[in-house]
Amino acid sequence: MSQRPLHLSSQEKAVLAGAADSAQKLAMGIVVRMGKILGASDLVRIASAHIDGCLYHGDGGVEFAQRLVELGGRVSVPTTLNVGALDLLNPGRIRSSAHRRRMALRQMKAYQDLGCQPTWTCAPYQSGHRPAVGEHVAWGESNAVAFANSVLGARTNRYGDFMDICCALVGRAPRTGLHLEDKRRATVVVDTTALSKELREQDVFFPVLGTWLGRAVGNRIPVVIGLPETVTEDQLKAMGAAAASSGAVGLFHVEGVTPEAPDLETALGGAVPETILIPRPGELREVRDALSTTDSGPIHAVAVGSPHFSLEEFRKLEVLLPTAPFAVPFYVCTGRSQYRRIEEEGRLSRFESVGVRIVVDTCVVVTPILPSQGGVLLTNSGKFAHYTPATTGYGVVFGSLEDCVRSAVEARVTRDESLWS
Amino acid sequence: MELKGIPLYRGWGEGRLLVLGEPLSFWGGVDPETGGIADPRHPRHGERLGGRILVMGHTIGSSSSSAIMLELLRNGTAPAGVVIGRPDAILVLGVLVARELGYPAIPFLRVEEEDVKRLREVDGQPSTVSGSRLRVGIL
Repeated sequence: MSQRPLHLSSQEKAVLAGAADSAQKLAMGIVVRMGKILGASDLVRIASAHIDGCLYHGDGGVEFAQRLVELGGRVSVPTTLNVGALDLLNPGRIRSSAHRRRMALRQMKAYQDLGCQPTWTCAPYQSGHRPAVGEHVAWGESNAVAFANSVLGARTNRYGDFMDICCALVGRAPRTGLHLEDKRRATVVVDTTALSKELREQDVFFPVLGTWLGRAVGNRIPVVIGLPETVTEDQLKAMGAAAASSGAVGLFHVEGVTPEAPDLETALGGAVPETILIPRPGELREVRDALSTTDSGPIHAVAVGSPHFSLEEFRKLEVLLPTAPFAVPFYVCTGRSQYRRIEEEGRLSRFESVGVRIVVDTCVVVTPILPSQGGVLLTNSGKFAHYTPATTGYGVVFGSLEDCVRSAVEARVTRDESLWS
Repeated sequence: MELKGIPLYRGWGEGRLLVLGEPLSFWGGVDPETGGIADPRHPRHGERLGGRILVMGHTIGSSSSSAIMLELLRNGTAPAGVVIGRPDAILVLGVLVARELGYPAIPFLRVEEEDVKRLREVDGQPSTVSGSRLRVGIL
């Protein structure tokens, strides 16, 4: 094993060799170092960035962002921001210590000072940030990466916190991995036709298939066949988010649906697949069960909107809302652009009248919002189901949006099991 | 046992091996204050990373794991070194940023995936990462 040399343009070399300390120089140093680690031949120009590094995990992340501001940093491409640790529209909702809130706010402000747009959403693709097919970008946040690559056909690796902002500052990323045409071909075929057609058409199927996919393929690239042509963007979003939580899936193809998979042969780049995987109904059921830590009894909260709720998901929820208030808190996490739209259309009161709490700019697994006494949370998100036990201490039950509404009315787990039996 | 690899971040560290059979997302899976594995569904739940030479096949899950690595280094709860079976763009980044901020850094060594499997046999043994080498056992 040896490391390849990395070719830099004269302009890139000049930034790296800059006499004075600057954010550009620091960022270029990190981009180049990571490029070498990843075996990149050179750097690729990026069209945009999405930054996951604005969420507070500790004071180190704040110090880094502030260092970049002190060094005069300014992003050189359009850049959106992922969730922070505060709901800036409802700051009282967060049960953090004063220190944590102060630091989280400083961190969010520092990223704005670097010229990033205060979108505060894990679904920037729902807020107008939609790179074109084949466009190189540098995105962080695992669900957003999976969506950008798979659904939009843009090209990004899974950029971690810090790397995302460094790429945005210099407008470059290492030309490696998913930036390369031949590294985007599927090597694994996932044939879903052994599962009932009825199941494959339901929203609740997609987070489960995504969780199964992440476990089965790890970081290989799958092409999924047998999904209905009616598959929606929200369904693909839910599948990608779950696959990126249970595995390291940064790109998946869906035959006849996603831009790089008009047909199976194209998705495979004309090559023979390494493996063909055929998920069986029993396996899917097991994965669905494993998303929950319990399957019955009382629940204490419901949370939906991971990734952030879309306007279409709001519409679906609105239709399902009961007339009497929910018996437990019902959290909907979303971006501020969706929230404003709901507000403008005068629909907020309909949600609020039954006790829906709309969480903006953040979500319930990244910062303390859920009631402190703990209990069991019901969710329709594979990603929330994956992370809830470790990040909130709550037990979790996975169900459909309809299950979430029914259970929130009755304050106990009430799920339609018919699809899974 | 002695293995050679590519130092992704060159340095020296020693500690007992902690070889993860299952992949781990640092974000949501590791508590940056204690350095403990916090994911109750992970088979090594409750073990502390601090002072260990952490061996893993590859990383999964959140791209925020680099931030958790930075906080572990800042808080003094980080492993003494990391040995990984695939090139990794996420965890090692936490080490590069730590160096920029003047926190202590740790060695990061990439080995073959087969080597990671062999290391499972010697989990818990004392070990040293130095430059491009990992030595296991008391020397």
